[in-house]
Amino acid sequence: MKRIARSTLQTAANLIFFALIATAVLSSTYYLTRDTIAQSVERAKLKLVMQIAPAELFDNDIMRDKLDIPASELLGTTDTTTAYRARLKGEPSAVVLEAIAPDGYGGNISLILAVRASGELAGVRVVSHKETPGLGDYIELPKGPWIKGFDGKSRAAYKDADWKVKKDGGQFDYMAGATITPRAVVKAVHKALIYFDENRDRLFAETAEEPEGLK
Amino acid sequence: MTFQEIKDIFYNAVWKQNPGIVQLLGLCPLLAVSSTVVNGVSLGLATTLVMTVSSGTIAPIRNYIPNEIRIPVFILIIAVLVTVVQYLMNAYMYGLFIVLGIFIPLIVTNCIVLARVEAFASRNAALPSALDGMAMGLGLTAVLGVLGAMREVIGKGTLFSGIDLALGDGAKSWVLHVIPDYHGFLIAILPPGAFIGLGLLIAAHNWFNLRAAARRKAATTESAASASVAA
Repeated sequence: MKRIARSTLQTAANLIFFALIATAVLSSTYYLTRDTIAQSVERAKLKLVMQIAPAELFDNDIMRDKLDIPASELLGTTDTTTAYRARLKGEPSAVVLEAIAPDGYGGNISLILAVRASGELAGVRVVSHKETPGLGDYIELPKGPWIKGFDGKSRAAYKDADWKVKKDGGQFDYMAGATITPRAVVKAVHKALIYFDENRDRLFAETAEEPEGLK
Repeated sequence: MTFQEIKDIFYNAVWKQNPGIVQLLGLCPLLAVSSTVVNGVSLGLATTLVMTVSSGTIAPIRNYIPNEIRIPVFILIIAVLVTVVQYLMNAYMYGLFIVLGIFIPLIVTNCIVLARVEAFASRNAALPSALDGMAMGLGLTAVLGVLGAMREVIGKGTLFSGIDLALGDGAKSWVLHVIPDYHGFLIAILPPGAFIGLGLLIAAHNWFNLRAAARRKAATTESAASASVAA
């Protein structure tokens, strides 16, 4: 009995020893790569933001000028998301929002859109989707230019009934055989614009925290 | 190690016991990421790195690992290496990291990694074990690359699309448009295309082997015949 207990303890100690080494290796790699990973994530995000918010639209550090947006039915979000504010010479010029179209053919389609201060869309991009490859995926660049059709559109120019695909009597193109996907995207973009109109002042409000150095 | 031993390890891993088309191990990543050459080869090389280092580290400490807990220890070491590779790709090849997604952590569950550690590294010295891991990984990479090329050319009409994700934006011009103005052939990109392509590769591999065996047989009967004539 004693012998069994001792060999069990020995084996357990052995396993703990290996686990400790493994933890040490993992944590050191984590600390060595942590900053580079954060930078790559930020660079990828900035690249996406730059696609929809042209550089002449802002002169501030857009990735730092952020605002937490609580989950909203109009945006289709179920978690807090981040909005980025573009400012030109201190004046708000556009805001970058995340939105989710929950009724795509393959589930959620997540979008990122930039809305100018005038309420006009600067651009929309699909961040991720599970639509059928070769059929519903023309909503993403570079597979199709469709998503660029939102550039310059606004609720002022199109009344609410126009925010539909042409098949449903609206103003937006679609491709035969894949109507569900663009229908979901158009609906989500329209709802996001409504959200923008309702929350315009809050979205562009200065952040409460004072600039560093003044503190 | 003699040159002959090295040659045997490589011949065995890349052709005779190829993990992709002979042992049929690790089919899940094989079928899921082989939609383009770049994806396939990238995941293949990541797997190769993990296999080389895991076999190379486990072989020298194999006598210190109690037999009863060898599998948990092997898995622990493999999992650590995969996570390290994942951190490195996340930091330095972010675009590719996003494309390969869940299949990088899934290298841990790729049975070929554990299979080589258990079958080879736990019985051999460090150097041959590392070589065996590397050769097996390269055998898998070759299958992933060929399958990726087949599916990409037939499905999209291009080769090396997405190479800028691995090598930076400068490599964007390396994409070959093999068939200009191609509208795509969806089934090659979807999962069935992977199964059909893999089936064709296995068939080609078997055909080569059968032909080689038939030649060898013909050669021996011929030499036997000429020997009897001479007698």
